[in-house]
Amino acid sequence: MNSDLNSFASLAPAYPELLLAIGALALLMAGVFLKDAGARLVGVGIGMLLAVMVLVVIQPATGVLFNGGFIQDDFARYMKALVLAGSALALVLSVSNAVDNGIAKFEYSVLVVLATLGMMVMVSANDLMVLYIGIELQALSLYILAAMSRKSARSTEAGLKYFVLGALSSGMLLYGASLVYGFTGQTQLDKIAEVILLSERSVGVIFGLAFLLAGLAFKISAVPFHMWTPDVYEGAPTPVTAFFATAPKVAAMALLVRLVMDSFEPLARDWQQIVIFLSIASMVLAAFAGIGQKNIVRMIAYSAIGHMGFALVGLSAGNLVGIEGVAIYMAIYLTMNIGLFACILSLKSNNGYVRDISDLSGLAQTRPYVAAVMAIMLFSLIGLPPLAGFFAKWHVFLAAIEAQLFVLAVIGVLASAVSAFYYLRVVKTMYFDKPEHEFAPVPGELKFVMGITGFLVVTYYLTVGRPLVDLANTASGSFF
Amino acid sequence: MIISANILTILTFLPLLGALFVLIVPGNDELALNNMRRIALVTTAITFVFSLVMWAMFDPASAEFQFVQDYAWMGDVIGYRMGVDGISILFIVLTAFLMPLCILSAWGSVKNRVREYMIAFLMLETLMIGVFATLDLAMFYVFFEGGLIPMFLIIGIWGGKKRVQASYKFFFYTFAGSVLMLLAMMAMYWYAGTLDIRVLLKTDFPVDMQYWLWLAFFASFAVKLPMWPFHRWLPEAHVEAPTAGSVVLAAILLKMGGYGFLRFSLPMFPDASIYFTNFVYVLSVAAIIITSIIALVQEDIKKLIAYSSVAHMGFVTIGIFVGNVYGVQGAIFQMLSHGIISAALFLSVGVIYDRMHTREISAYGGLVERMPRYAFVFMVFTMANIGLPGTSGFIGEFLILFGIFQINTWVAFGALLGVILSAAYALWLYRRVIFGALEKEALKAILDLDKREIAVMAPLIILTIFFGFYPAPILDATAASVDALVNQYQGVMSMVLPVDAVTN
Repeated sequence: MNSDLNSFASLAPAYPELLLAIGALALLMAGVFLKDAGARLVGVGIGMLLAVMVLVVIQPATGVLFNGGFIQDDFARYMKALVLAGSALALVLSVSNAVDNGIAKFEYSVLVVLATLGMMVMVSANDLMVLYIGIELQALSLYILAAMSRKSARSTEAGLKYFVLGALSSGMLLYGASLVYGFTGQTQLDKIAEVILLSERSVGVIFGLAFLLAGLAFKISAVPFHMWTPDVYEGAPTPVTAFFATAPKVAAMALLVRLVMDSFEPLARDWQQIVIFLSIASMVLAAFAGIGQKNIVRMIAYSAIGHMGFALVGLSAGNLVGIEGVAIYMAIYLTMNIGLFACILSLKSNNGYVRDISDLSGLAQTRPYVAAVMAIMLFSLIGLPPLAGFFAKWHVFLAAIEAQLFVLAVIGVLASAVSAFYYLRVVKTMYFDKPEHEFAPVPGELKFVMGITGFLVVTYYLTVGRPLVDLANTASGSFF
Repeated sequence: MIISANILTILTFLPLLGALFVLIVPGNDELALNNMRRIALVTTAITFVFSLVMWAMFDPASAEFQFVQDYAWMGDVIGYRMGVDGISILFIVLTAFLMPLCILSAWGSVKNRVREYMIAFLMLETLMIGVFATLDLAMFYVFFEGGLIPMFLIIGIWGGKKRVQASYKFFFYTFAGSVLMLLAMMAMYWYAGTLDIRVLLKTDFPVDMQYWLWLAFFASFAVKLPMWPFHRWLPEAHVEAPTAGSVVLAAILLKMGGYGFLRFSLPMFPDASIYFTNFVYVLSVAAIIITSIIALVQEDIKKLIAYSSVAHMGFVTIGIFVGNVYGVQGAIFQMLSHGIISAALFLSVGVIYDRMHTREISAYGGLVERMPRYAFVFMVFTMANIGLPGTSGFIGEFLILFGIFQINTWVAFGALLGVILSAAYALWLYRRVIFGALEKEALKAILDLDKREIAVMAPLIILTIFFGFYPAPILDATAASVDALVNQYQGVMSMVLPVDAVTN
């Protein structure tokens, strides 16, 4: 087997992953040998993730490595930067409340870093085997994170549920991968596309494609593979949920985009049907199911399901504008969710952290700034202009209209109108109801995260909007 | 020159600047609250002055867009485009004129969460002016829809007993209608390749596409205006909103629907507009007659005025879709005049509500004995609401009826019935509230208008009567643009319809 690696410099496209892998191991060693290193290690983990993010941003080396198994292109760089930022911010969110949530252990930051490494491999996977390795590295870390709070029955239950259903989805993914390999004889994504293009339409490949998509739909929690999401989100410690709801979704979405755009491009008509179904089902189910939720994290779980549906609208279109839309959507989705979780995690009353929506009553009078940021995030999640969430929806629906998917677009916008109901209920509780609880002071780093995300969401069209669109445009250019 | 080139940007974003200042006022004591009120008042007053400057510099002879600004922005799809023509300019002036009065009216009556209140209203002003000033379709949507956020909070926080339900209804009706318009805008973008309204006005959309686009825009504007039977959100929102919220809703937010029809539906989808004209007539006449009858039986003063607003908007839609100069001029005039009159009516109700904290008609009676000045003010606006000659309400209705009479006498007949009914409910309301014996104990100590309230009411009375006798300033400003619009529309009409149908 001849290798394409002839010098250290030729590894340049994979530097970020290598660095993070070494860092994760060093972090593990430090955790094992230094006593009581938990809190300091979180700081190191954050620094490491940010350093790698900077590396991804400034290091322009692209290319295919490891016999075609690994690809670094503009799309991968864009998505990796998002994943790393999401992971780093999720770690920041856990600093002040780690002890209360039972996750003040050094393993926490190690696992987050390892999961992030898995996600980066997912984003860069160019081969069904590498893809699987990435997914499993990520998923196994996440299972443990969900069950991290060992003394909490809910957390353990969440971990177990996540593990069982995750294993099922991995099984489906593997089954699909083996079918695709069996009928095309290839595991490398771009080679699969070549074989499909040259050979006759094969039911086996389409079968494999369907199973692959089902497996990935689990990861992005698209309906009908969403069942685990509300339970796991609710059961897991809240800072862990903040992590679940952000970076892994970006990675899985990036993987899904690469899979269908690279290897199954010739079968666009087939996967489009599936993606459109996933999209409509997610948007509609989440819009209605969210209405009945009392627990705020469960509500966010349904919100996440719905938003994956909106992002899939862009993918359904399958055109340049659509992939660009997905890229923009994920960036904005990440920002909004981090901001929302920062607000939730900053609210600690005598009864502990807020769990139910009703715990937020009158927040606008007791904690006006937290309430304002939270309201901004919620209005943005609804998709109201001039907030960032509107522009996210704008890009994906623009793509759907260009691809003439009118029914999908109409159902989508109406679902977004219905989903406004449960977001508004939180605003209503905060602004229209009477205060009930006194809250502890907000920790500084959460104020910082709230400030940053709030600023970005409000001033999106003035500040980051234009550069983000340009970046997403370059990123999606990788597929065309 | 800097001012004249950027006047629309200044007008639009000046209130937002004021909101920032209100945000950073330190403290929450009485002094700080007064400072917030003063900042808001000064900001809105300066905005009004700028709007008058713009009106003075506006060239009424030209039908082109003026004070145009055009910058690429956001990936070359959405642009920062501003500009006004005769159709939009006066709505900006109206908005800027009413906002200081809204702030002034809330001076004493809003005591809790003043900071949020002022910020919400200043934000709302930015968004409302933006709707009329922008020349980019996506920006229009941003401003149009962005108004939901402050208005939702205004109704929900400072509203009456059923405020939560009212704010939800307001939000969902408007939002569900508007998202369909958003998709239509995207479809227009892919067909025309731009979101520039100036280009889109000259684009010929295929006829079968026009039907869908027209319906999508109709879904949004018919809810906003509102047209019967999409009006259900309005009585509740009006009743529950605080006084200034009702004023803004009735006087400006409703006009966005009519403005939308004039700016988009008529010139961009003329074939579809002609196709759906009879449909609009039916809904409008139904609105005028049905909501007027509903208004007759209301027991809540604000609800009665709200239903009367729906009826008056029925005249506006008739005028717009008549598509001749009288109709369209009348519709614009009616919208502006209704903006002044409905604002004044809601402010009048606010005056007695602040004193008695009830809006039940039966709780009042014989106010003329204790409040002669108030009785006079309320009479002027009641008469204007009926459309008495000599008030601005007459001009708009007369022009619309004149325009529709040439086209369709039956619609004119139905609309005239509404005029009679409006006299019935308005005069009956006046009799029950103002006249009669002052029997209720609670009313015996009620005070007449104070100086602040007179300062709020005086400009409204002056304008109502001034424009009733001398409507020329408004009609002159709009004439050129309306002519251009009508000529284009009539051109399409003469191609679509047989000749005798047009002249008939």
